[in-house]
Amino acid sequence: MPQIVVENLSKSYRVSERAPGVWGATKGMFRRAARTVEALKAISFSLERGELLGFIGPNGAGKSTTLKILSGILEPDSGRCEVDGLTPSRDRIRHVARIGVVFGQRTQLWWDLPVVDGFDLLRDIYSVPETQYRRTKDAMVELMRLEPLLDQPVRQLSLGQRMRCEIAAAMLHRPSILFLDEPTIGLDAPSKLAVRAFVKSLNRDHGVTVILTTHDMHDIEALAERVIVIGNGIILADQSFESLRKEVLTERRLFVDFVGAAPALDFPGVAELHRDGNSLELSFDPSVVGAANLISWISAEYDLVDIHIQQPRIEEVIARFYNLHGAIEA
Amino acid sequence: MIARVAPYLSVFRMRFLIMLQYRTAALAGFFTQCWWGIILVMVLAAFFHGARSHEPISFAQAVTYTWLGQAFLVLLPWTGDPDVGEMVRSGNVSYDRLRPLDTYFYWYVRAMAWMAARAVPRAALMFVTAGLIFPLIGLGAWRMRFPSSVAAGLLFTPALLSVVLLSSAMVMLINLTVVATVSDRGANTLATPIVIVLSGNLLPLPLFPDWMHRFLFLQPFAGLVDIPSRIYVGNLTGAVALAGLLQQVVWIGLLILLGHHLMLRAMRRLQVQGG
Repeated sequence: MPQIVVENLSKSYRVSERAPGVWGATKGMFRRAARTVEALKAISFSLERGELLGFIGPNGAGKSTTLKILSGILEPDSGRCEVDGLTPSRDRIRHVARIGVVFGQRTQLWWDLPVVDGFDLLRDIYSVPETQYRRTKDAMVELMRLEPLLDQPVRQLSLGQRMRCEIAAAMLHRPSILFLDEPTIGLDAPSKLAVRAFVKSLNRDHGVTVILTTHDMHDIEALAERVIVIGNGIILADQSFESLRKEVLTERRLFVDFVGAAPALDFPGVAELHRDGNSLELSFDPSVVGAANLISWISAEYDLVDIHIQQPRIEEVIARFYNLHGAIEA
Repeated sequence: MIARVAPYLSVFRMRFLIMLQYRTAALAGFFTQCWWGIILVMVLAAFFHGARSHEPISFAQAVTYTWLGQAFLVLLPWTGDPDVGEMVRSGNVSYDRLRPLDTYFYWYVRAMAWMAARAVPRAALMFVTAGLIFPLIGLGAWRMRFPSSVAAGLLFTPALLSVVLLSSAMVMLINLTVVATVSDRGANTLATPIVIVLSGNLLPLPLFPDWMHRFLFLQPFAGLVDIPSRIYVGNLTGAVALAGLLQQVVWIGLLILLGHHLMLRAMRRLQVQGG
């Protein structure tokens, strides 16, 4: 029995619009135009207890909307959404007591309060028994190395420090599910690593089910076994990260510097991407064209200064994947 | 029951303690209210001096009534809770919906704490100044008196508590218009003139024309200043005083029911954009 079931979930927003300029504003006083934007178009997926799912997609794809419906903040227009047997928007209070949520772009801690006071308030809000609370808090403080931060007011923390506190705060009532909406946004490299390690440990050692949205493919690479790619409100891919990577990362790049001007190459299965004086950037699929064959042919035919093969960056590939599916935000 | 109320008490306590920190604001507010109080009392003095008929409230009562209005000025619901305005703009409402609490009462206790914490230092300063210092500096006629009797003092306590409950219910209605319009300007501007006139803060309600008295006593804003102040000064006694308390309780109940209902509707229509 999956822990999370989503079936044909749809959600649309009404966005008001007006024509630009004085005329548009005047017209807008009498007639309001509104456009319906379909944020989710009948998406379906399910998740087993203890899974770690990465949600990726361009801005405006519907990632956050999905998380907000799953966490009970938004009500879907149609479709079924069940988490641990509860319908989030209908059984909101019982549901939210069992989940933890972190929005990377917002803060749930109180700006004016020291971190530890915020934690204590959350203890009271979630009615966590004192002994359980102390044990969870100590574990989180140790795991995220929060000890020196506890007495500081939240507004004085750096973004990285705050995000560590935010995730710890979301875990104080021991939720079995954690929703993370862009938890690494704006963080520096060490903070990102810390957040990833923390999430991984929660998932692996504590069995917490995690859904994570991100634009950082390294988050996905480091954490998610399974990835859902969403674009324009539909699911474009739902598979293991490895198979997605194999699928989209088949291409290789060959960079060649010639002694003279770069020639026009004619080799079946090889495409020219970029040409700059003596240099060429070529693209090929190693399952069609053997890399060794290609290199030995080129070096036999021409005088070379340098030659090397690269994998395209995963960001670039994902962008192409979005493009291919027409998923880029209008 | 206790377990279900405990989270709200904790939220109340936290906001109360945060709001108590703003000492400068309290001091500035107190001086403004002194200034206004003196102007209003001078107007009253001129009015009573020229009055020919017998008024339904004495000058001394009206003066104390006015000072009570100034002392508890921040208990008046003329703006929404600034935290709610901020949350609506920033989208942090999301986090409030993630708490296993009834969002209406979650905000309600915060509004209560917000108002009560600001009222405590201001009212204390006002009682000391208008009640104790004025007679010493020769302004005895314009001073704020003690409750007219022990009974009046005893009845004033629940009446004052009801002011906080009633006002919070009204602040919640303003908060809900803030949620609906995603701006705290409109409702705040609209609420101020209605509240200061109909509560009795500007002019004691008994000084309005006789034919308006029944309406003025029954309308919800009377419970904010008029009813508790008239109980305090002994202008409402016995059964009428109890009717006043009942009037407050009925309006508190009705406004909470209304607000709670509107909150459910607002949250169903909630859109959280971006991010």
